[in-house]
Parts: sequence; structure tokens; C-alpha cells
Amino acid sequence: MVFLFNIFYQFGDSLAFLLLAAIGLAVIFGMMKIINLAHGEFITVGAYGTVVSGKVFNLPLPIAMAFGVVITIIFGLILEKLIIRYLYGRPLDSVVATWGISLIVSQSFLVIFGPSYEGLQTPMGNFQLGEFSYSEYRIFLIFIALIILFLLYYLFMKTSFGTLARATIENPSISSSMGVDVKNVYTITFAIGAGLAGVTGALYAPTMTIVPSIGQAFIVSAFITVVTAGASPFVGLVPAAAFLGTVQTSVTFFYKSTIGLIAILCAVILIIRYLPKGFSGLILKTRSK
Amino acid sequence: MKKIVIFLISSFLIMFSSVKADTIKLGILEDETGNFAIAVVPKIHAYELAVKEINAAGGVLGKKLEIVRYDTQSDNRRFQEFARRLIKKDKVDVVFGAFSSASRESIRGIMEKGKMLYFYNNQYEGGVCSKTTFVTGAVPEQQFSTLVPWMMDKYGKNVYTIAADYNFGQISAEWVRQIVKENGGTMVGEEFIPLDVSQFSQTIQKIQKAKPDVLMTLLVGAKQASFYEQQASAGLGIPMGTSVNVGQAYEHRRFAPPALENMYVTVNYIEEVHDVIKSGEFHDKSKDFVKRFKALYPNEPYINMESANAYNAINLYVNAVKKAGTTETMKVVEALESGISFDGPSGVVTIDPKSHHGSHTIFLVEVGKGHKVSIPKVWKDIQPYWLGQSGCNLAQKADYSQYTPSNPPSN
Repeated sequence: MVFLFNIFYQFGDSLAFLLLAAIGLAVIFGMMKIINLAHGEFITVGAYGTVVSGKVFNLPLPIAMAFGVVITIIFGLILEKLIIRYLYGRPLDSVVATWGISLIVSQSFLVIFGPSYEGLQTPMGNFQLGEFSYSEYRIFLIFIALIILFLLYYLFMKTSFGTLARATIENPSISSSMGVDVKNVYTITFAIGAGLAGVTGALYAPTMTIVPSIGQAFIVSAFITVVTAGASPFVGLVPAAAFLGTVQTSVTFFYKSTIGLIAILCAVILIIRYLPKGFSGLILKTRSK
Repeated sequence: MKKIVIFLISSFLIMFSSVKADTIKLGILEDETGNFAIAVVPKIHAYELAVKEINAAGGVLGKKLEIVRYDTQSDNRRFQEFARRLIKKDKVDVVFGAFSSASRESIRGIMEKGKMLYFYNNQYEGGVCSKTTFVTGAVPEQQFSTLVPWMMDKYGKNVYTIAADYNFGQISAEWVRQIVKENGGTMVGEEFIPLDVSQFSQTIQKIQKAKPDVLMTLLVGAKQASFYEQQASAGLGIPMGTSVNVGQAYEHRRFAPPALENMYVTVNYIEEVHDVIKSGEFHDKSKDFVKRFKALYPNEPYINMESANAYNAINLYVNAVKKAGTTETMKVVEALESGISFDGPSGVVTIDPKSHHGSHTIFLVEVGKGHKVSIPKVWKDIQPYWLGQSGCNLAQKADYSQYTPSNPPSN
């Protein structure tokens, strides 16, 4: 029983981290083909928004987190209006531009808030099971990750906004001629992607050291999950995160963290080699047969 | 007209040559920005404090001290670039600096090749035995041979180590292993963690499974520092021992409690010394040091142990130059090898002629409830004995190597 719960906890923890790290990036990349190298900085904005508002205004944690997310959405909207909107359909240019944004943002955080900021305490408590003890908040994160993914799926697959968004992404000029406000759809989708990165930052802020480079801790996991997931984020994200999470947890369990990190990168190389369209490519192919 | 030009040129020449003769140039390479800036900025200020005080007292050999400083940005390539510039272009008399062991090793070779006197003023994994290098920071035999047996006595003999996966962590873990064995303990586990890792759920469970009495955390950098918050929220509750936290980047002030509660660190100085120790030598010296420091830098967030080491380094150098009567490198090295000492912020530091490392007062710092600091034990005059005992004797025989317990000089 304890053994099974341990497997659930470790696997779930790894899955939640990969899902939450990737989710904002997946929306922006999957829906709009913008390779957002500033993804880590969106997470940083969410984390700092949470911690700073929590400290300065003495807000309770959930409200501080909501504040962090709102700040990130506003930040995303401003960037979209100023820079990103000129880069749709230009994936390589978007790499250079978002990389520049990432450098500017992380250095600005360093200048404004200094090399480190006092963190918040992890909420909820811990409980004991046999010889192990577990953080309740970490288990909460597992469920939150799945709920967010479900809501996102619902938004893009079941609502009228979702239909408009998918139509716009599929063929902007036809959608436009059918009366869809394409620019507006892009802006909202980008804001959703930014907001999701903000959610990640807000959720992990109380568990990590608050430094200007906090977002960098997510960036590798985010990109490998999105690459493994493939073009359609809603179809591929969960199997990709589950696969990578299994590789990492089992290898780290039997060997060491270093080997776990190597294993996950090797797994990604194999996936790109044998499933160039990622898990979503595989699933859509089998479905269409 | 011609006369005026000649006069101007000659007076310029005289001015420049006299400027050159009038100052002793101290090259400083420290990470004012980047990853290590939190721990390094107070260190830079300590160099400046020492230089200011010495100049106010009239300088050395009738000359003033002059700092030539570059920001190495926590980047080893910058270290190499600026090290070469200090030697070739600025022609400094001595170089002080480096925080991480990786950055020290990136410039030590350049210093040795350029026959430049070099002071490394940081706690580190130990073992550098180099004719032109002097170390004023604490080493494992000073930090671990005090801390580990004390914790094993208090909590039990089963020890687990988690360490950053690079030269500092690997060699420090080797020291812990050796000291645990010498004291009749058992290593129940050891894990080396890449510097990129920021999520520790699995590590925490592995530790719980091994049931250690003492957990040594030799973690480095902002990402790995997330371990403390995560272990507290998981309720790990095992006493932690370390040589890196509190004394460098003052995590006990920066992190919300209870992340660091139940942590023990051995340091050769921290600014709380005079708050915790209410009277006596250490109280007076620390209080005086902090007062002078704050007079110059009133907004310094924390005066850490490396700032005491930096302050001591400049003073040790100056004492040696006084004794040698010159700034010529080998003469100063000889003077430093004559047992030069300085009475610093935490008492007398004496340079060991064999290993070129300094002796230290070691304070055992306990981080308690609400991150309140106490000092349950003080060891006076702890020697950097290991290199000397195992065959490094720089006063007799020049060497330029770094040794470890499994690779001692005698082999």
C-alpha cells in the first residue's frame, strides 16, 4: 500500500511538474507556432507577482497567486500588442525576438528585486505513511495540473471561442472572411498561454527559491515535453508528460538524479527520431486509420 | 614653445612614474553580478574596507594601496580574461578573488604561470597546494572534522550526504565519508545532484527510506536551494549539517522559516557572533568589525564569513609586505611562509607555512525555531592540518596541485 502510494506520489509529482512547466508553452506553440523562448520569464513574472504581492500587501496565498496570474496575463497582452503580433507565421524570427525579451525581463528582475527575494512558506501541512512523510501541497499540485488541463481541453474543444480559435489557427484567411476577428483570437490565445505560464509560476513559487532565474528551472522540462507531445498540445501533452515522467521517476528511483536527467534527454532523442510528430502525431495517425 | 612642450612631457613622465611607484596595486576578481553575487558583494566591500583603513593609517612601505577591480559576473571565462588583463596590462602586485571552486581553478593556472601572488578567500573543498597561492577561507578539516563528529555524538552515527555534482560537492562528500568512517559511523546513503535540479520529492523519499540520523546537505546555487523549502514542507525533520549555507548567502535571513530549521553549520565568522556570544574576545572583535563595516556600507544586508576572510587576506598580505620590505612576489611568499598572522574579526588567523592555508576560530551555528541563530560550540585555533600532514610542504618544496583524501600528495 505504502509502496503503491509512493509510486503514485513520485510519478504524480514528476507528471505535474512536466505538465505545468509545458502547458503555457504548448498553447502558444501548438496554437500559434510561436516558439516562445521567454516562456521561463512568464513563469518568473507569475512567481514574483505572487510572492511580491503576498509580502507587500500581506495577501493570503490564493489571492496573491491570482494576482500573480493576472499580472502575467497583462504582461502577455502588452508583449503581444507590442512585439508578438508582428511575428505570427515567422517561427524563426519569433525565436530571436522572444529570446531578447527573455534576457531583458530576467535582467530587469535582477535590477529591480535584486539577486534573491524572500520566499513564501509552502501552504498546507504534511502527513505520515509508514516510514515516509509527504507534502500535502505537492499532492494538491498533481490534481491541479490535471484539472487545468481538463479546463483547457474544454475551452478549446467544447466552447464557441475554442471553435473560432481552432478555425483561425487552421486557416486565418478563410476564418477572417467568415467574419472571425482573427487578431482578437490571436491576442486572447496568447494571453491564455501567458496566463497558464503565470499559473505555473504562482503554484511553484512557495516551493522554490525566488531568484530572477526561477523560470529557467522549468524551461528544459517545458521544451522537451512540448517536443515529445508534438503539434497538437491537447492530444499529446498528457501522454508525453506521462511517458517522460515514468522514465525519469523509474530511472531516478533505481539509480541517481544525474542518470535520471540523462535518461529523460535520451528518451526525447529517441522520440524525435522514431516519432518525429510526437505523441499527438502517433495518436492522430492511429485514430485516422 | 619647444621648452614648454618638453617641460610638459617630462613633467607628465615624472607624474606617471611617481604614481606607479607610489601605490601597491591589488587586483580583485569577484562576482559582483550573476549567480554568486548575493554572497560575494559583502566580500568586495570588505576588501574596500580593509584598503581604506590601511591607507588611512599611512599605507605600507610609504605607499598607498590601490584596488584594480573587475566584475567577473559568475562566469569562468570572464575570470580568465580579467586574470590575464590584471597580470599583463594592469601589472598588479597581487590578486585576490574567486568564489566558486570552478572559477578558482580556471584562474589558478594563469596566476602560477604569470608568477602572480594569489589569495583565494573562500571556504572550499580543500587540497590546493600551490607555491604562489594562499587561502584564507576555511577548509573541510576545519569545517567537517568539527561539525560531523559533533552531530554524530548528538544525533547518531548514520549519515546521509546529498551534494552538488561538481568538484566542490564531490570532494566535500569524500571528506564527510572519511570523517564518518574515522568516527565509527556509517554512510547510509549518498547522492550527487546536478546543479540544474530544482525538484526534490524523490531525493526526499530516498533519504526517508535510508533513515539517517544526520543529513549532510552540500548543495550549491539557487535551484538546489529549493531543497530546503521542499524538505520542510514534506516534514523530513532530520538534522542537517553543511559547510555552505548561512555563512555565505545568509539563507536563514532570506528564506521563510521553517525551511532551514534544525540546520547546523560550521563557519569562521558571521555577523551574528556578537549578538549570540554576549561577552569576551569574539563579542568585542565582531562588534567592532560590524561597526566599522556599517559605517562604510550602512545598507549591507549581511556580513558573511567570506567578508571576514577577504578582510583578513588584505591585512595578511600587508603584514607580509611590511616584513619583506618589498612587493616582489617570491619575497612576499617567503614572508607569508614565516608564520604571518593577523588578529581579525574572529580572532587570530595564522598562515600555515606548509600548506599556505589559514588557521581559524570555528563557530558551530545552529539554526533554530523561526530561524533564530545560536552558537552551541566554539573551537579555537583550528589548524588546516591535512595538507601538511599528508606531504604538502610548500616552504620546502614548490608544488602547484590540488589534492583530495583519495589522492594525497604523498602518492
